[in-house]
Amino acid sequence: MRRNRVGFYFILPWLIGLILFTAFPLLAALYIGFTDWNIAGDANFIGLDNYRYLLQDSIFWSSLWVTFRYAILAVPLGTFVAFMVAVILSRPMRGVGIYRVIFYLPAVVSGAAVAIIFKWILDPSFGLINGFLNLFGITGPDWLGDPNWVLPSYLILALWGAGSGLFIFLAAIKDVPKSLYESAMIDGANAYQKTRHITLPLVTPVIFYSVVMGIIGSFRKFTDAFILGGAGGQGRFAMVYLYDLAFVDYRMGRATAMAWLLFIIILTLTIILNISKKYWVHRE
Amino acid sequence: MNRLNPSKNQKHLRVGLRYGFITLGALVMIIPFIWMILSAFKTTDEILKLPIQWIPSVWQFGNFTTALEIQPLFRQLGNTAFLALIKIMGEVFVSAMVAYGFARFDFKGKNALFLLLLATLMLPYEVVMIPTFILWTTLGFYDSYVPLALPAYFAAPAFIFFLRMYFETFPRELEDSALVDGATWLQIFTKIFIPLGKPALITIGLWAFMGTWNDLLGQLIYISSDTKYTIQLGLASFSSMTGQTLWGPLMAASLMALTPIIILLLYAQKYFMEGIKTSGIKG
Repeated sequence: MRRNRVGFYFILPWLIGLILFTAFPLLAALYIGFTDWNIAGDANFIGLDNYRYLLQDSIFWSSLWVTFRYAILAVPLGTFVAFMVAVILSRPMRGVGIYRVIFYLPAVVSGAAVAIIFKWILDPSFGLINGFLNLFGITGPDWLGDPNWVLPSYLILALWGAGSGLFIFLAAIKDVPKSLYESAMIDGANAYQKTRHITLPLVTPVIFYSVVMGIIGSFRKFTDAFILGGAGGQGRFAMVYLYDLAFVDYRMGRATAMAWLLFIIILTLTIILNISKKYWVHRE
Repeated sequence: MNRLNPSKNQKHLRVGLRYGFITLGALVMIIPFIWMILSAFKTTDEILKLPIQWIPSVWQFGNFTTALEIQPLFRQLGNTAFLALIKIMGEVFVSAMVAYGFARFDFKGKNALFLLLLATLMLPYEVVMIPTFILWTTLGFYDSYVPLALPAYFAAPAFIFFLRMYFETFPRELEDSALVDGATWLQIFTKIFIPLGKPALITIGLWAFMGTWNDLLGQLIYISSDTKYTIQLGLASFSSMTGQTLWGPLMAASLMALTPIIILLLYAQKYFMEGIKTSGIKG
C-alpha cells in the first residue's frame, strides 16, 4: 500500500505542469478564440467572428495552400529518400559509421544557421546552385525571389533534411527476419524484388509514422520560413502567418482561432491516415 | 573480364553502384557545410566570383571580426549555453523522476494518467502557445528566460515516455535488496536508478540541448532585449538586416553557431543513435 502513494509523489511534478502549462492554457485558448483581444485593450466576446474572418481571409487560405502543397510533395519525397538510403546503409559496408554521422547531421543541426546557409546556396547570382549551373552555361532561376520557384527551394531544403528520418527505417529494416530474404533468394528473387516485396511491406509502420510526423512538421514549419521568406507570399507557411497575427499584429483572439483551425486540420488528416492504415500498413 | 562467373561480376557492379549512390548522397549532405566553412574565410571579392572559387587564396579572419562587430556572438552563445544548461538540468532530472514513478510503482489511476501523458504528446503546441504567452506576460516574466526554462522543471512528456521504457527493463531485485538494506525510495532513485540510467539520461540531455540550441520560435516570442539574445535570435536579426547581404560575415556567424553542436554530435554520436534505436523518436 505504501508503494502506491510513493509512486504518485514521483509523478506529481509532471501532473502540476500538465495543469499549469497545458490544461489551463488550453481552456483559456478556447475562450480567447472567441474574443477580439489585442493585448492592450479589454477582451470582448465576439462569438465566431474570428473564425468567420479567417475563412474569408485570403492570406489565411494562401498560407494553408503553401503549407499543404509543401506537405504533399515534401513528405512522400523525404520518406522515399530516407527509405532508400536506409536500405543501402543496412547492407554491410565499409565506413558505414561515417556515412551515418553525415546523414544524421541535418537532424542535429537545424535552426537559423542552416536556413542562412541555404539562403546563400540559393542566392540567384552567386549561390552554389546557380554557380554550378553557370558552369554549363545555364542561367539558374531566381529561387526565393521568384514566386514560382519558392516551393522548389523549400523542397531542396526538405530533401537535404530527409536523412534525419532514415534511422528509424534502419532500425526497422534490421528487425526483418533474415530467413525471409534467404527463402526469397532460393526462389530466385533479385535485389529489387526483395526490397519491394519483403522490406517495403514490413517497414510500412515506419512509413506511416514518418508520414504523420511529416505532416505535423509541415504545419509547424517556422524557422526556415521565417528566415528565408519567399517572393509573392509563397514562403508564408501557416505557422509564419500565425506568428504574424499574434506577435506582429497582436491579434491574440484571431491568432488563437487560427491555431484551433490548424489543430482541426492536423487532427482530421491524422484520423484519415489512421483509417487508411488498415489498407496498407503491415501488422504483426 | 570474368566471363566464367557473370554473377560475381554483377555483384561487384551492384556493390559499386551502392557505394557510388551513397557517396554521392553523403557529398550532397556535406557540401553545404564545406561551402559555409570555406566562405567564412573568403574575402567578399572571392565570394562574389564566377565561376565559383572554392578555396580562399588567403585564409583570413576578417569575416569573423565583422560579424562580431555586428552581433555580440560570444555573448549570445554564452546566453544560449546558459539557458540550455538550466533547462537540461530540469528536463533530465525531473523527467527521470516521473519516469521512475511510472515505471516502478503501481498506484490508482496510473494507466489513465499515462494515457493522458501520451495524449499530450499529440497536443498542438501552437494552440497553447498564445495563452501561455499571455500567462507569462501577465506574471511579469516577459523578456526573461523564465518562460523558456521553468516549464522544464515540470518534466517533458517525450522524455518521460522514453525513460519509462528504459527503467522498466531494470530487474526488480535491484530495489528489493536496497529496501532490505533500509534505503528509502528517493535514495533508490538517486543512488541506483540515476547512475544505472546514465546512458539514457545522456541521450535525453543531448536532445534537450539540441532543442534549446535550435529553437527560434520560443526565444523569438519571449526575449526582446539584445543583451538577452540567444544565438538563434542573433542569427535571425543578422540575416534580416537590410542593405547588401554580408555573406562572408554571415557564414562566419553560422559557423560559430554550428560548431558546438557538430562537435557534440561527433563526440556523442553513440548516444544519439542509441536513442533512435530504442525509441523510434527522431531528434
